[in-house]
Amino acid sequence: MFEDFFDVVKKRFNGGSEEEYKPPMFKCPRCQQLSPLSRYEELHRVCPKCNYHGRLSAQERISITLDKDSFKEFDADMKSGNPIDFPEYMEKQEQLRESTGLNDAVVTGTATIKGSPVVVGIMDSRYMMGSMGSVVGEKIARAFEYATENNMAVVMFTASGGARMQEGIVSLMQMAKTSGAVKLHSDKGGLYITVLTDPTTGGVTASFASLGDIIIAEPKVLIGFAGRRVIEGTIKQRLPEDFQLAEFMHEKGFVDMIVERRKMRSVLSHLLKLHGYDKKEV
Amino acid sequence: MDEKKTAWERLQLVHTKGRPTVSDYIPLIFTDFYELHGDRHYGDDMAILGGIGRLDGRPVTIIGQVKGRDLNENKECNFAMPHPEGYRKALRLAKQAEKFHRPVICFIDTPGAFCGVAAEERGIGEAIAKNLAEFMTLRTPIISIVLGEGGSGGALALGVCDDLAILENAQYSVLSPRGFASILWKDASREQEASEIMRITAEDMVTLGVAEAVIEEPLGGAHNDLDKISENIKEYLSQKIPEKCEKDIDVLLKERYTKFRKIGEFLD
Repeated sequence: MFEDFFDVVKKRFNGGSEEEYKPPMFKCPRCQQLSPLSRYEELHRVCPKCNYHGRLSAQERISITLDKDSFKEFDADMKSGNPIDFPEYMEKQEQLRESTGLNDAVVTGTATIKGSPVVVGIMDSRYMMGSMGSVVGEKIARAFEYATENNMAVVMFTASGGARMQEGIVSLMQMAKTSGAVKLHSDKGGLYITVLTDPTTGGVTASFASLGDIIIAEPKVLIGFAGRRVIEGTIKQRLPEDFQLAEFMHEKGFVDMIVERRKMRSVLSHLLKLHGYDKKEV
Repeated sequence: MDEKKTAWERLQLVHTKGRPTVSDYIPLIFTDFYELHGDRHYGDDMAILGGIGRLDGRPVTIIGQVKGRDLNENKECNFAMPHPEGYRKALRLAKQAEKFHRPVICFIDTPGAFCGVAAEERGIGEAIAKNLAEFMTLRTPIISIVLGEGGSGGALALGVCDDLAILENAQYSVLSPRGFASILWKDASREQEASEIMRITAEDMVTLGVAEAVIEEPLGGAHNDLDKISENIKEYLSQKIPEKCEKDIDVLLKERYTKFRKIGEFLD
């Protein structure tokens, strides 16, 4: 009886904190199921229930994909201007720079993947939804130009909501700029591998993301041109759940292969070797 | 030129019923026009028209987005919103022009590529991207003219060119002002405000380095005098096409790339 009493006291004493202690959970945007956040992070942000491949920061992507300490960044300090004088655009970016540690939505540079040298570009959706404005366009064009000049392969990890509205027509022109740079690289015989990650949409889908010699997608990521809600608004009906997911685009013939994150490094390395890039001197 | 109009007023003019479309212009600018159909993969998209004809006797390839002049025509051409096969038809004809050393003239007039299930399934993103890349190195001169609406990637897919001209009241934008307001402010009714802020007018395009020339419209807008506006367009083409054709193609391609390469504002 005394023991029971002690249990009650113990429970009361600890009760509050026991209830408070809930492991932080991750709710998957695809399957809507909950998993412990620690498990999701342990898997490098892959849903343990449905295999949805979540969003990574550019830094996380670098650390799991590229050879340790091999990444040398291009244009790290490049910052956007305000080509159409859009109100509060500069202020918004200043805040984002502080909160993300990024200067814009893409990081580019050279690195090696299991010893094969490569030019890489990694988009980060935390910065204005990975949208493409002057800086993204310029950095990507320069990365391709560097690769063209040095006969290197390019691997681009795309993640973008599309063109950056705050730069108006100037953002639209970045589609032509990047696509042109890809074309010149291609005409010189360079290999370009695109890795479509969550989400790849709009103007990025309609430019360099769709131009890879080999197009890889991570499982269950969103890939499309028009937004789902825009299309639903046009056709006045609900779209199926799998519409515009990687698997759907694969079935329709726009994605060569779906590759899990844990295998990405080795697949990329094999593809680079198959094209002879491990032997090329840089 | 009537310079007092706001972007919003010009936008109303672009949507005025009776504003001439590519189908109105072709017979007045070109001779011996033959329309060619289909992308050779899937179908024939009536939102994009293409064919061959002559400009001042010189064979040229003509590609343009088609707006309907009434509801029936608009249904047929899907309100000038192309599907992937439209862009693939455009690319096929551009490649054909390259083969036969004909310059390409593109007329842009679209609210944007079609946002629908079929367009996504058939790779609208890929179709646009392909055109951007291929037009950039197409070994023949390309002149594009924005006739009315130049909306988004769907417009740009006919807009990679050596020189871009834009009609005085036409607009060119990353997204329609309505779409812009609804995305950025979650309020489509702020369309007018968006149109003023977005820098979408012909004058803006020249300032921003997107367009090289503005083609003057008759007083009150293109619909007021079809002969006059056709004459103005023809005059522009008759000057530009020979000029571009005389240039060494490698120089032309370098200039084409540089034109787009330098658009953007950043601090290094």
